[in-house]
Amino acid sequence: MNITLRLAWRNLWRHPRRTWLTIGAMVFSNALLVFMISLQLGMYELMIENTLQAFTGHLQIQAPGYKDDQKMRQVVPDAEPLAEKLRRNLGLETITVRSATFALLSSEDRSYGVQVFGVDPRYESKVSSIPGLVKEGRFPAGRDAQEIVVGKVLARNLQVSLGDELTLLGSGRDGSFAAAIATVVGIFDSGVTDLDRSIAEIPIGFFDDVFFMEGAAHAVVIVTPGLSTIDEYRLAVDALLPAAGDVVLHDWDALQPGLKQAIQADLGSAFFMYAVLVVLVAFSVMNTQLMSVLERTHEFGIIMALGLTPGRLGRLVILETSLMGLTGLFLGAVLGGLITLWFTYNGFSYPGMDQMAANFNLPSRFYPQATLLTLFLGPAVVFAGSIISALYPALRLHWLRPVEAMRAL
Amino acid sequence: MQYLHLIMTLAWRNLWRNHRRTIIMIAAISVGAWAMIFMTSLMRGMVNEMIRDGIRALPGHVQVHHPAYRDDPSVSNLVSMTSTEIDALLSGAGIDRFTARVRVPAIVSSERESRGVTLIGADPAQEVSVSAVGTKIVAGRNLEGPADGGIVIGRELAEKLETEVGKRIVLMSQDPENEVADRGYRVVGLFEATLPTQEEAFVFAGRKTVQDMLQIDDRVSEVAIAGDNYRAVDGLLAAVRDLMNDEDEVLPWTELDAYLGAMLGVMDGFVLVWVIVIFLALSFGLVNTLVMAVFERVREIGLMLALGMRPSSILGQIVIESVLLLVLGLAIGNALAFASVVPLRGGIDISAVAEGMEMFGAASVLYPEIETGDVILANIVVLTLGILASLSPAWRASRYEPVEAITKV
Repeated sequence: MNITLRLAWRNLWRHPRRTWLTIGAMVFSNALLVFMISLQLGMYELMIENTLQAFTGHLQIQAPGYKDDQKMRQVVPDAEPLAEKLRRNLGLETITVRSATFALLSSEDRSYGVQVFGVDPRYESKVSSIPGLVKEGRFPAGRDAQEIVVGKVLARNLQVSLGDELTLLGSGRDGSFAAAIATVVGIFDSGVTDLDRSIAEIPIGFFDDVFFMEGAAHAVVIVTPGLSTIDEYRLAVDALLPAAGDVVLHDWDALQPGLKQAIQADLGSAFFMYAVLVVLVAFSVMNTQLMSVLERTHEFGIIMALGLTPGRLGRLVILETSLMGLTGLFLGAVLGGLITLWFTYNGFSYPGMDQMAANFNLPSRFYPQATLLTLFLGPAVVFAGSIISALYPALRLHWLRPVEAMRAL
Repeated sequence: MQYLHLIMTLAWRNLWRNHRRTIIMIAAISVGAWAMIFMTSLMRGMVNEMIRDGIRALPGHVQVHHPAYRDDPSVSNLVSMTSTEIDALLSGAGIDRFTARVRVPAIVSSERESRGVTLIGADPAQEVSVSAVGTKIVAGRNLEGPADGGIVIGRELAEKLETEVGKRIVLMSQDPENEVADRGYRVVGLFEATLPTQEEAFVFAGRKTVQDMLQIDDRVSEVAIAGDNYRAVDGLLAAVRDLMNDEDEVLPWTELDAYLGAMLGVMDGFVLVWVIVIFLALSFGLVNTLVMAVFERVREIGLMLALGMRPSSILGQIVIESVLLLVLGLAIGNALAFASVVPLRGGIDISAVAEGMEMFGAASVLYPEIETGDVILANIVVLTLGILASLSPAWRASRYEPVEAITKV
């Protein structure tokens, strides 16, 4: 062990209570940061996944303007051949076409206005979570079947069960009156009441007939193997789009701008709170190090008189702080990791969370997971803050005059 | 009394013996107190605005429905009394801010587009006393009375439907016999709302006109009543329950909008947790400062004890020292917080993340609000816990053995 290091370590333990209290402040903040950051990052990821997998997917090809206006006539022409071409060329099965409109859905006793989607039963289940959530009955069998799947709440409100018929009334692509009869073959239950109340799905071929789509659809939805591969696929899809075709490619961020912004807003307020914590720890460290420098004035005076430069003494103070900081970092990461681990198995929840979470497509109990990033991001910043705050006591040494210092008590 | 004055003076002078340490500690407490109050005022501002907006966005403080209406908002589930009876009953009981409205899901079509909306049939004079949605007319005029044959729609919806003031649109819903009920309306006005989704979700027509269209005589779907204070609705709730028929469901806003209701509780919880977390981060530094202060004065404390000062006075001295630190820090922190809120009174523009804030149900301008209750809570928590934390070093100081302490190097 190097002599300076040994000196620093021993100096640290001259006042064990003081050192432990300072390390305690670090451990407290670090553990809290590790847990909070693990919780947040995990929630964001789940929020994105859950929101996107219901409908949005990762990329969508749409007519220009459809994203904002969602007008019936803003269509992607010859959507199914385009989807087929993409599937073949990209070697990706998770691509489907979809159309959407509002229609009045009537059973024998009730009528409700809902959003009706035209989906391709062969591919929809690879892209969206809805087909998998059909708890009663099944998803429509073929592309042209006159069948319909509705949400659980909608089925209850319409007072229909499997096998009943529903009448659809709406307007076609050209604005003309559109009507059809479909058999309820499945009822999905997503657990999100708003979704279960307001959505129905019919096969794309049937939709095409009823609403006069003439082979066009409103979107080609693409799910890539993961959020990180989106950019790569974006380029590939872009290259395959018909050169003259009047369509645009959007990624999930453009399709769900609220999602990323909600995360940014939440991160912003969280960062403010974390910054306050770091500053408070820094004050604590500064106080401790200033005390330890001041009480050694006499000793430092002698050492300097013997020829040691203020720079080396300053480095000693920084080294002491680093040792303290590293201890705090390590203990904090371990404690924070353990707390997170406990919640990984037992789940995290607070009163009122079920209502809050539903707004962001999150479950009411969340299981955070610590990663290397979440374990060390917070503690590393606290460590950096501690070192910076020790600069003041360290730099003060440059103004120390050996003779005067030696006379100090 | 004089004795108290003495130890007070001693504590004050001791505090400034090591002014650097004291200043750093006061700075830390100030930053902590500032962060507590400032952050809380931002969150409070957001949540209060959300709740007020939410309550003004149709619900009122208390609502009356058919028990099945909230799950199945159909024209078949109507309040048991007629609107004439309700008007007379509530006005007679001295309740002047209420609205009895028809509220059913409908499909609205222009010649180009169809959308799902909620059709509100209301008496415009009653409606403005409770709700803010649909009252900010930006083009054309508002409805003139319950029998007005026109319709007021949101600006956003008008854009989507490609319609404008003076044009006709068709509304489609069902009557109680489940015959399709439709009627053409002339758009007489466009409204603007805080949240763009509200502009798309609601259309307003005269109550009488809608009742005729749906063939529901003089019946309504909901009665919304506004009180004076959204935090205290129990009195209003009891009064309305008394007036209405037992078969109808009377609920406060906290249950009608579970998300908003939960927000209020979550917010109160957040304030407490935030204050305690900040305090804990501070407490390490506080205890540390006191431990050091005692440590440096061991001999002096021993001497005072030997000269006959009571241990309780030593304890009092240290605790008062800590109280002085806390009070000074809190005073500066509070002042800083108030000072930093003043220039932000006009609101903080966070429209960069507007669509994200909308997911929270919040508007894109944030008005910080300092609530007296939160300020008191923060100060009391810091002061009480601070005194508790200082008891340990103070106790140790008062228990020194005089002879041992005096001879300590």
